[in-house]
Amino acid sequence: MSVQVITGNHAAGYALSVAGEANRTARGVACGIYPITPQTEIVEYVAKFPFSKGRVVPVESEHSAMAVSMGASASGARAFTASSANGLAYMAENIMVAGYYRLPIVMVAVNRTLGPPWNIWADQGDTLMLRDFAWLQFYCENNQEVLDTTLLAFRLAEDQRILMPVLVCMDAFIISHTQTETTLPEQTEVDRYLPDLDLPHRMRYDEARTLGGLAWPHEGLSQRLEIDEAMKRVPNVYQECRESFTETFGRDPGDVIQTFATDDAEIVLVASGTMATTAREVVRQRREAGEKVGLVKLKMFRPFPEAALREACQSATHMAVLDRNYAAGTGGIFWQDTRAAFHGHRDDVLIQNYLTGLCGGDVTPAVIDDILADITSRSALGDPVWMGIDTGEETKQ
Amino acid sequence: MIATAPTNPRPDECLLRPGNTNCGGCGMSIGLTMLGRALTEAGDTCTLVIPACCGIVTAGAFPTTSYGVPTIATTFASSPAVATGVACIRDLNDEPGQVICWAGDGGTYDIGLATLSAAAERNENIIYICYDNEIYGNTGGQRSSATPAGARTTTTPWGKTQDKKDIMSIMAAHRIPYAATLSIAHPDDFARKITTALTTHGTRFLLLHSPCPTGWKSEPEDSVKLVRLAVASSLFPLYEVYDGATYRINVEPDGTDPAEYFQRQRRFKKEEIDLRATRRACSDRMQRLQALAERYPSDR
Repeated sequence: MSVQVITGNHAAGYALSVAGEANRTARGVACGIYPITPQTEIVEYVAKFPFSKGRVVPVESEHSAMAVSMGASASGARAFTASSANGLAYMAENIMVAGYYRLPIVMVAVNRTLGPPWNIWADQGDTLMLRDFAWLQFYCENNQEVLDTTLLAFRLAEDQRILMPVLVCMDAFIISHTQTETTLPEQTEVDRYLPDLDLPHRMRYDEARTLGGLAWPHEGLSQRLEIDEAMKRVPNVYQECRESFTETFGRDPGDVIQTFATDDAEIVLVASGTMATTAREVVRQRREAGEKVGLVKLKMFRPFPEAALREACQSATHMAVLDRNYAAGTGGIFWQDTRAAFHGHRDDVLIQNYLTGLCGGDVTPAVIDDILADITSRSALGDPVWMGIDTGEETKQ
Repeated sequence: MIATAPTNPRPDECLLRPGNTNCGGCGMSIGLTMLGRALTEAGDTCTLVIPACCGIVTAGAFPTTSYGVPTIATTFASSPAVATGVACIRDLNDEPGQVICWAGDGGTYDIGLATLSAAAERNENIIYICYDNEIYGNTGGQRSSATPAGARTTTTPWGKTQDKKDIMSIMAAHRIPYAATLSIAHPDDFARKITTALTTHGTRFLLLHSPCPTGWKSEPEDSVKLVRLAVASSLFPLYEVYDGATYRINVEPDGTDPAEYFQRQRRFKKEEIDLRATRRACSDRMQRLQALAERYPSDR
């Protein structure tokens, strides 16, 4: 184990590589890679890693990057890739297929604004666009969490009770290009944590199986039902993977939701990614001032941790959901799912949406202050509130 | 979802198993049978990688499959990339068998061309067979860039005005180790070329002229006759290109007039076919190939 000052991209590249290398005692590793800002450094890292039993294929598009990884995964090898924004949009068809084929591929996505207008900064709309596919989704807050969650993602994806691909997401530049102290596990530790991949439905050269093909409605329905059942098993299996991670590496990779000062909180902020770090600091200051404010960080988005979220917000009368994304015609995507989680369970909590940090905007403590001021004074639910719109007034620093 | 055929892979008996629902006179079906036979004679086997096309509909509905070899369905544009991943893991584990893409002309000439070009440029160790029926057959007969000039399709209701794309020249320009054309009317030539492909390393591209009675509006019993006419009249010459550099013509055309080829297919209307121009194009095509074969002959 060593502590190094590295970027989020470096952390992700390292985690993908050592996870791939760990499968050298089984069927090896292969992946397709393709560059796009701001994730390019991840695939560059992977491309230069000296795999004992593996091949990295630099292909001509994101669509093919996922296709190569699918071919390798369907052949029983460990497989992964990385992408961002429009790259994910171009890859989308094969992302969907990887999920429906139940291939335990891990993809690191650096959340970047979908263009146009062209913009390379943070916005979670790219991976949230993929929310209805059969993929698990995790949103990370810092470099260490990126590294840990990526390793955990392989263990979770390859668990025989799950067998689904996993997206590990981080905010563009704020994590991807920012160097922080990060603990890098040794290969031997990763070897202990990640057992040889055993994909029960893999292609075998001596068995006449057809993967894919046609299915009548009732057969298609049972495949969807199996996915739903596997999704429901995720929270419990995640805890097992988390405990085993803590035992192996001596570090907690974090729960699917992470609460801060929520026990008696009347106002709860719900945030993800790096916004959670800023919000936590503001909440800490408000608590010192005696305000009953708390924070829920949503780490897992798919499956949506409904029960855990409701439990964490038992004392809340007001919730402010921060969305670094915008689903055209509705509002923030985290907000929609949060409202759905409470509907029919608790209708006495006001769940207001704040669209903030979109298209790479900064979410500063002052923005969180504005959100708290708004939610505190609110007696009725309103339309999603757009934060950071230049009204011509002097911006609060 | 995984469908399992009850037999072990024996390409001669069951690469395409009985009971499939393919049309009568389907060139692709005959091609699959010939491929299975050639693999068995060579003592080889394969994994099929099939994009969206009639070839994957051939597998039939879960839980049965018409393919007696391991088969994976891919998205329309992805078969060479998925095959890359499959071949990687085969090679890393020293496993036998060919990885063969089996794709229609839509997946080859059109939507999958960039993927195919990239796999060829990387010289992936795969065989790519395009069964070219010159139409989007699976969706009911729309034009592709493999559709010949004059052919009526549902999206060219008054006949296509552009010529067929020369995919062989495009693939040869990638300087892949082996590219060849196949015809079900010439089974010995077909088998020999499969054998050559099986014993060659790297990307191998095979183009099969595949009659489609449904799309060509021809009689199923005419299928073999039609593609024989295409070879004899230089509409579809049989030749090989090694390393994109040396050429061999396998069947010398006998100067058969292409008119009968058009007359026997109702996708062509007499008034929409310029026979004089077609004859000239056939002659030019053959002269060019002959010049290449004389100037750059293959010694293999």
